[in-house]
Amino acid sequence: MNDQLRYYLARAAARKMDRRAFMGKAAALGVASTAATGLLTSAVQAQGPSRGGHLSIGLQGGESTNSKDPATYASQVPFMYGRITGETLVNINSAGELEGAAAEEWSASADASTWRFKIRSGMQFHNGQPVTAEDVAQSLRRHSNEDSQSGALGIMRGVASITTDGDTLVLQTETPNADLPYLLADYHLIVQPNGGMDDPAGPIMSGPYRWVDDEPGVRHTFERFDGYWNDNVAHFETIEILVINDATARNSALQSGQIQMANRVPPSVAGLLARAPGVEVVSTAGRGHYVFIMHANTAPFDNNHLRLALKLAIDREDMVNRILRGYGSVGNDMPINAAYPLFDDTIPQRTYDPDQARFHYERSGHSGPIDLRTAEGAFPGAVDAAQLFKESAAAAGIDLNIIREPNDGYWSEVWNVKPFSASYWGGRPVQDQMYSTAYLSTADWNDTRFFNPQFDALLLEARGELNLVRRKELYSQMGLMVRDEGGLIAPMFNDFIDAYNGDVTGWVTNPNGEMMNGFAPVLMWSAG
Amino acid sequence: MHPILKLVAQRLALGCLLLLAASVLIFIGTQILPGDVAAAILGQGATEQALANMRADLGLDRPAITRYLEWLFNALQGDFGVALSNGRDIAESIAGRMKNTIFLASVAAVVSVPLSIFLGLLAVRYRDRWPDRLISAVTLTSISLPEFLLGYVIMFVFSVKLGWFNSVSNINDGMSFGEKLGAVALPATVLTLVVLAHMMRMTRAAILNVMQSAYVETAELKGLRRFTIIARHAMPNAIAPIINVVMLNLAYLVVGVVVIEVVFVYPGMGQYLVDHVSKRDVPVVQASGLIFATIYIGLNLLADIISILSNPRLRHPK
Repeated sequence: MNDQLRYYLARAAARKMDRRAFMGKAAALGVASTAATGLLTSAVQAQGPSRGGHLSIGLQGGESTNSKDPATYASQVPFMYGRITGETLVNINSAGELEGAAAEEWSASADASTWRFKIRSGMQFHNGQPVTAEDVAQSLRRHSNEDSQSGALGIMRGVASITTDGDTLVLQTETPNADLPYLLADYHLIVQPNGGMDDPAGPIMSGPYRWVDDEPGVRHTFERFDGYWNDNVAHFETIEILVINDATARNSALQSGQIQMANRVPPSVAGLLARAPGVEVVSTAGRGHYVFIMHANTAPFDNNHLRLALKLAIDREDMVNRILRGYGSVGNDMPINAAYPLFDDTIPQRTYDPDQARFHYERSGHSGPIDLRTAEGAFPGAVDAAQLFKESAAAAGIDLNIIREPNDGYWSEVWNVKPFSASYWGGRPVQDQMYSTAYLSTADWNDTRFFNPQFDALLLEARGELNLVRRKELYSQMGLMVRDEGGLIAPMFNDFIDAYNGDVTGWVTNPNGEMMNGFAPVLMWSAG
Repeated sequence: MHPILKLVAQRLALGCLLLLAASVLIFIGTQILPGDVAAAILGQGATEQALANMRADLGLDRPAITRYLEWLFNALQGDFGVALSNGRDIAESIAGRMKNTIFLASVAAVVSVPLSIFLGLLAVRYRDRWPDRLISAVTLTSISLPEFLLGYVIMFVFSVKLGWFNSVSNINDGMSFGEKLGAVALPATVLTLVVLAHMMRMTRAAILNVMQSAYVETAELKGLRRFTIIARHAMPNAIAPIINVVMLNLAYLVVGVVVIEVVFVYPGMGQYLVDHVSKRDVPVVQASGLIFATIYIGLNLLADIISILSNPRLRHPK
């Protein structure tokens, strides 16, 4: 790097020169614009976060029916505004480790069935009222009591009692659970005054930003909360979320600089968008997966030969390339991939094998077409994926009959109702949670109707097992069971594809969810 | 009673009956759709218990007829209630959205109605010559392209490339009138292009029809300028069909622009209604449906009255 460029870079990083002027100077010195952006980004990051400025985010996944009540959060916009204004007990950081949020520290009894969380002292709600252990306890109760309408009701089910002891929250689980803190990082479990029992959709939370304007389905604005305990986050003065459900409109707004960040870039245009000047497209390998689910207790899928035949008859590589355009990785018919802690990478990868598929299909004794239901809303590209599946299965002599269902009502009428359908899973922070959510015999969302007492016993054993080597071994056995006997066909794990422009910096890859697990607005800062 | 007043009274009474029928149809429609508000809100993450809790909480466990009559009773007193999905006051939410929709529709109408009538007159004046062909070609092309494509093209040129306007047409109460006009410039342009052809072609056809009449020939023989004949003599007799098609397009501008709202992220009624239909939020769908039906019926009534007033034979019946 020559001295002149170094000089401009230092000035730009110190904000004595604006970004556009720097890009101009760099271009004059013969530096390609992508290289100049890279230089500037690293120089600005070396400078450390700067405070101030305004951030506009354009997000898919907001409706005019959205509410501030954390129990109702189900789409991306509420998920993000929960992250911006609210606070959970703990958070999972980019390395997959737990970090204290409303809880300062925590510990478990030796059998992992009693957990004590010390609530951070000096925390306050946006109205200045202090956050007490009782507020936290009430919040958790609202998500788990019998009148609960919360999206977190399922994951709170294992908690038998919620009590307080001074500034400490004490949770008693029904069975030992070494992963309990991970469950409490769920984005619904936001602390509210008196747990939101009085005003569930009230604007008072305890997160880094406070609510200003709330127009559901249109825009939401926030300003920094000065009483927030952590000075190392919340760099922007004000934040605005614009609900832009149309992908083309979102990308245009990002390119024209009206917004600085966008979520859900369609794989088909990610490459093109990345070529636009000043736009950074980031793809993060996560735990979300696109699946075809068979009800393992319903004919004809109650025959494991038929299930194996269908698993062998899907061309995974082709789907990753065509449906995800390479923004993803192949799945192995279990809901777990390398993004999970304690993943066993020695389990062999299942590949497309029409001959083996034909062998198992013939052994199953089934004949005639098999109905597969799909809808564009099942996952992006689900209709095309089903079509690819039909073609690859036809090579093995299996006749799939694709039935296209409307998006509207898909989750209530088709998924978890019809015996063979397309679906997706967002993934969970730990293996236990993923398996308990959908593969335990008694799970609410056992969408593959997988009833295996041996598997259930292993799951409970692993849940209370504090020895990690033994635990990994147990998870490996469970993974193999689902892979070889379950009703899940998991051809691909999708990446999250987000984008931001050169006005902001500080992106950190976080495999737990899109937009740095929702923390991008709180953790990134203005590039000046 | 004056025959026109009598007609208006008759039409208004009929309109009220139609509204009642519409509300019944909308209610039945939302009941036929699969799933209910609880299933729609909780989505893929619903548990049986959470569903049952929510249904009981929202009163969805009661019979449909009870819920309809209760809604009707309150609505007749002007109380639309609160949205099932997020507990917001419906009248208040709709008022804000409706204001935005009317604003965008008005801007588009103020530009498109005079423009299309003028273009129609011009097309008659230069019938079968190049101005007529050009006007027809341009307006027919713009109506043939899907709205969202027109939107994307205009957005790409004027926002991404030239940077003249924002691609996101978000407006809020903190903006001045000028800023709001700037914000809706692109969607209003697209809407203008979409409705132009229909009104322009109707103006052209209606006037050409009248141009065959003997009195137009008389005007020509008197030596009047051709454009004066068209505008002063032919146009008043062609006003009825033109008003009808103008009103249809105005109604379209109010009730049918959801695609444009999505593309330009405009906070109008269309997106609001679609969101609530997909959540099966019956009270909101009912209220929005009634408002849309009122606008449709009202504009059609207005079109009829204007046609009658423009025709002396109907204005002064024997």
